[in-house]
Parts: sequence; C-alpha cells; structure tokens
Amino acid sequence: MSASNQKPVAEGLFTWPSDEPQLIGSESDGRYSFPARPSANQVLLERRGTLWGFTTQQFRPPSPPYDGDDTAETFEPYALGYVELPGQLLVQARFTESDPNKLTIGQEMELRVVPYTTRADGTEILTYAFAPVEGN
Amino acid sequence: MTDVAIVGVGLHPFGRYGDKLCLEMGAEAAQSALTDAGTDWSRVQSAYVGSYEVSNPDAVVGWLGLTGIPVRGVFNGCATGGTSLQMATQAIRHGEADVAMAIGMDKHPRGAFAADPSVVGLPSWYGQTGMFLTTHFFGTKINRYMHQHGIGIETLARVAAKNLANGAINPQAWRRTAVSVDEILNSAVVNYPLTRYMYCNPDEGAAALVLCRADIADQFSSSPIYVRAAELRTRREGAFELQSPSLPLQSVPSPTVDASRAAYEIAGIGPEDVDVAQLQDTDAGSEVIHMAENGFCGDGEQEKWIADGDTEIGGRLPVNTDGGLIANGEPIGASGLRQVYEIVLQLQGRAGERQVPNNPRVGYTHLYGAPGASAVSILSR
Repeated sequence: MSASNQKPVAEGLFTWPSDEPQLIGSESDGRYSFPARPSANQVLLERRGTLWGFTTQQFRPPSPPYDGDDTAETFEPYALGYVELPGQLLVQARFTESDPNKLTIGQEMELRVVPYTTRADGTEILTYAFAPVEGN
Repeated sequence: MTDVAIVGVGLHPFGRYGDKLCLEMGAEAAQSALTDAGTDWSRVQSAYVGSYEVSNPDAVVGWLGLTGIPVRGVFNGCATGGTSLQMATQAIRHGEADVAMAIGMDKHPRGAFAADPSVVGLPSWYGQTGMFLTTHFFGTKINRYMHQHGIGIETLARVAAKNLANGAINPQAWRRTAVSVDEILNSAVVNYPLTRYMYCNPDEGAAALVLCRADIADQFSSSPIYVRAAELRTRREGAFELQSPSLPLQSVPSPTVDASRAAYEIAGIGPEDVDVAQLQDTDAGSEVIHMAENGFCGDGEQEKWIADGDTEIGGRLPVNTDGGLIANGEPIGASGLRQVYEIVLQLQGRAGERQVPNNPRVGYTHLYGAPGASAVSILSR
C-alpha cells in the first residue's frame, strides 16, 4: 500500500513519514510531556526505552470513542502500558506484541508507527506503538 | 473543634433495578437513615448529595421535603462518597448545621465506563486508538506491583474469593454467590493479569448518613459513631494515575498515601489501632495495593497476610466485610457511603452473620479513583 493511503490518527504526534519515527513531545524547565504542550518547546523523544509496566485489552473498547474497524467478534486483543524513555518521561503506548507472556518489565522497546484501523475509503490510520527489541 | 457523630445510616442495596429512578433510590436510602436515627427530614439543616449520572441530585428533596435548607450536589469521581462525608462533617464543624446528611446515588449503564476523552481534557486520538479505559491503569499498576514486590496471581484470586464469600453472607449484596479461587483464576482475562471475577462492575444503588454535633448525638442514637477524621487528597506531580498519556520519571506516592497519613494524624489513631477496614477494591489488585498504601502492611507483605486469612472476617484486620465493590458493584455517588454504612454496622455490632468478633472499636474507609483522588475516613465508637 502506498503512503498516500495512510494517514496519522492526529497531526503532531510523531514524525512521519520516517524510517525511524520519533514521538513529538515538549520540554519546559526540564519537565517533559507527551503529547506536546502547546506553550512548551517541542522536542523529539527517544526512540528506545525500557518497558515500565503493561496490561492487555482483551475486549473491544466502548465505541465511540474507539474507532477500530473491528467488531466484538473480530477484535484482536492488544497489549499496552508505559515505556521509560531515558532522561525524559514515561510514555503510554500500545505495543506490537499482544501476548503478555512475551513481555517482561525492564526489556528494551523501540518506537514504530503502525496502522490500527482502515477507513471505509481504504485509508489506513496510523498510530504509534512500541515493539520489543529483538535479541534481548 | 466540634466533634461530629454519625447517628443514622441507610442503604438502598446495590444491584440492578430496571426502570426504578435513581432519585427514588436516593430518597429511600435517605429515609432509611432518618428512620435509623429516629428522626425526620425536618430536623436536617444541610445536605450533600452525590451522583455521577443524575445532573441535579439535589432533586431528591422532591421526595424528602422542600424545607429550604442548603443542599449541594457533589461529584468527585470515585471519591464522591468520601467527599460528601467530609463536607457534611465540615458543615457541622463550621456551625452551618447541627444535623446534616450525606446522600449518594447512582444508576450506571452496563459495561466499562465510556466517555469522550475531551471530558477529562485529553485529545480524541487517545480514545480512538483504544487507550482511554480506566481498567488499563489497574492492570498496569498491579502487574508492576506484583513484579516489584513478589505478589502471586493466587493472592489476587484469594482476595476476590474473600469478597465474594463475604457478599454471599450479606443479604444486601449484589453478588451473593461464592466463587472458588480456581474458578477466579480460570475465568476470562479482562486486562492482564486481572480476570473477570477480580473486577467490580458499575451498577445502581444509594446510601445515606445522618450526622450531628456529638453533644446532641444522644437525641438520636444510643451508640453514635464518631468521625475522627475525614480527609480528601488529590494527586501530586509524579503520582502514577489513570488517563495519563505520559508521566514524569520522578515518582511520588499515590494520593491514597497522602489522605491516609493525614487521617491518622488528625485522628491520633494509627493503622495498628484499626479493627475493621473498607478499602477501594475496584479490582482485587487494588485491594492488595491499598493494604500497603493505607499503612496496614509493608509492600509485599500482602502475600503472607492473604495466605494466612488475615483480612477475612475473624482475621487480624477484616477488609471489605460486606463484599466490597467486588460483591456490591460501584454506583459511584453512593459507593463511599456504603463503606461507611458497613463500618457503622460493624462498630455497633449490627452486622449479622458477617459481624467482626471482639467488639471492634475503630473502623476505616478508603476510596480511590479517577482522575487521582482519594478519600479516607477513620470512625470509632
């Protein structure tokens, strides 16, 4: 699928298109935030960090606000939690790995940009997610 | 400082009641509390009425009587009931009223709470991508806590089994069937590691208290229960909280710890003096964490406490003797007042089959919830 059929879920969340995407946060007096606070200096956040804590979502979230193109029957559980970005912050994110038995607190994680749903016109909607770093 | 006593308690049992109006449940709970105090609405000089689903909960006066007194609606997330108790207590301490009421009621739709993220100041994408669920917080917090402090999943299952067993002997509970530890462990995972039976559910119901100046308590009750402390705290920068797309690296304790410490200090009562406690059990993991956050044990000691049955009725610190949120569900506006209702029954020796032995003197209630608020009360004979 070409990039023209893909679109971020919101502007200003992450650098895209990019082979090495980064979250766009902000920093003010040493205090980091994500998403970026309007009045603070924008900074690109670290791409890699360590898994701080996680859980899973085993049932389809109430919709709205969730806008996945799945149904209660076709819903695929996902994992999510917090990644500690060194020297910056804890950021909450979905993970590419959905099996909690394959996630370990403290393991290294890296940012990805992934589709999470497809609109009726075929446009894939992209969000950010962290993936376990292979070889750890 | 004026001492304050609880002289009447009322409960509209929590559960599902079809078309019955939420306000009607609130009025029935209020009337029960007035009857328990041997008085009527005309004596009440100030009231605090909590609800999430009813936009003007003070409309309960349509049932109780239009007496012109100040009535204030209260909503403070899962800490609503504790906030109503605190404000009614303050109204008496400040001299606005000699007799005041705290009333709470709710009637929630089934299933996980669903709302647009904008209601709490979060962007739309947070909800669109499936991140705006309060249950993620509970799963994440207990999972990390278990990893850090060596708590096993069986401990969570035992807590859920205890609360469901307590519900089974509480004629007013919603869930009245005991469930085995194995069945709890093997039920569907909702948010890893929490299974279906480890969570409370939203439901319907109401609870109410009549409070008065301690020096006139004997007009209403031969066994008044005194409010030794009723404290509310909100999160500080760095607390791990619900609905946080990011958090600072430097962490601070939960508002539960702050509210608890303040309550002990004001009451001049320590955790070792508490005979019976009600701790927010949104899920079994929350109850485990809250045992430590409220000062009853150290982090990780829950493993042995629960294995030894220390929080069961008859144990050294019975917790959630009426089945807690897990067996009663959570009508947000009423939940904290149900906790107080149960403690008052226990301290007065009126709790029937679930009565804690040895004449408990000191009780403790604790609420915690979105967006990071906690209310603690310490009550005694």
